[in-house]
Amino acid sequence: MPSLQHVVKDLLASGAVEVVIGYEKAPGQNRTRPFFARTPEDADRLVFDFSALNNLAVYLTRQKRPAKGKIGIVAKGCDARAITMLMQEQQLTRDDVHVIGMECSGVTAEMGADLSKDTLAAKCVTCKVQTPPLADTLVEGPKDYERPDDRNGARMRELEAMTPEQRFAFWAGEFDRCVRCYACRQACPMCYCEQCVAEKNQPQWIETSATLRGNIAWNVIRAFHLGGRCVGCNECERACPADIPLGLLNRKLGMVAGQEFGYAAGMDASAPTLVGTWDKSDRQEYIK
Amino acid sequence: MKMPTSTWNPKIVAFVCNWCTYTGADLAGTSRLKQEPNARLIRVPCTGRIDPVFVIKAFESGADGVLISGCHPADCHYNTGNYHARRRWTLFHNLLDFVGIDSSRLHFSWVSASEGKKWVTVVDGVIDEIRARGPFERYQKANSEFALPPALFEAAAKEVQQHA
Repeated sequence: MPSLQHVVKDLLASGAVEVVIGYEKAPGQNRTRPFFARTPEDADRLVFDFSALNNLAVYLTRQKRPAKGKIGIVAKGCDARAITMLMQEQQLTRDDVHVIGMECSGVTAEMGADLSKDTLAAKCVTCKVQTPPLADTLVEGPKDYERPDDRNGARMRELEAMTPEQRFAFWAGEFDRCVRCYACRQACPMCYCEQCVAEKNQPQWIETSATLRGNIAWNVIRAFHLGGRCVGCNECERACPADIPLGLLNRKLGMVAGQEFGYAAGMDASAPTLVGTWDKSDRQEYIK
Repeated sequence: MKMPTSTWNPKIVAFVCNWCTYTGADLAGTSRLKQEPNARLIRVPCTGRIDPVFVIKAFESGADGVLISGCHPADCHYNTGNYHARRRWTLFHNLLDFVGIDSSRLHFSWVSASEGKKWVTVVDGVIDEIRARGPFERYQKANSEFALPPALFEAAAKEVQQHA
């Protein structure tokens, strides 16, 4: 069974790829950071463990791509789904990337923590892709881990049981903390628009100042624009300095996509996108 | 039609497509059908043109409810605009419900050019429902919540005055 370092060394030495996007150990800390390996020697710096939090697929979007030629990328299951989704939306072709799929046994919620049942990231609790669904080379590894109760699922059921007024008050309280740094957008591999609706000012659909009114607009529209596209990597929530539970909004839309349309984002590169298509039999009970 | 029981009248913003619902509402008018006067119609070329930011903007601007209406499935002037729109609405109305803007604030309907009567029923129904819910105060209050606390804001205004 080849190791990650061997795979990458071969890819770079043979010239099959120009660069490999992966993780390296951050000096002096119990965490990793993104690393762009360009020479075979660089391959030895690559690591992969429970602290490989970043979704590196964000570097495959056109503005951030580190090389013109073929790119190798180290991808967990959730990252591989993001890469697939980029292909579904014609942002990438299959030949543009060499995906080094990593079997994954969960990552931590926060940088620097050791992996345990309590520090496991929320997305890993309900993860179904320990083995990446898209990979040119699969690096096997442990993929069993102890899963705690689905806290976010419980939280969603709690919210859904509330009255609309209570729900609005809850979200107003959360969005009120938003400082409009757009870290959620920067971290998201699916937020690749060259001009975001938040920056359009003729007309100004979304207020740019960090007031509650503009914050509601921004956060609702951001979530909506990811409807049927979000792969649940939860990078937005991790990047958020105000700890707004953005993952709940995304999960809600993911659930709707699954229940109403039997659709899961990023599972099949040849599948059409959810809102790019339609069906005569789409449900419409809510339309008078 | 019920007459308003209080002085408060809900503001309803209705986004309607040019080819079906707008014409249907026009028919209701020319047929002299009575309807409540609280809906402000905004005519768009097609339901497919209705971006969810329109709905957000309507609530921001003081709407107590929003109605979106267009051609029945298979009747779209552009063939598929309403099918595309329907998928987006399914996602959008579920998302809005999850953040506390429930289905009594946001309504959808199909009203064709010949359904003047249906338009009156739909509009009156929507207005009754929103009247029962009351004004959307929580969102409207968000309009006046500035990032700067009011005290600081006043102090800053005073300083500007002194220098003037």
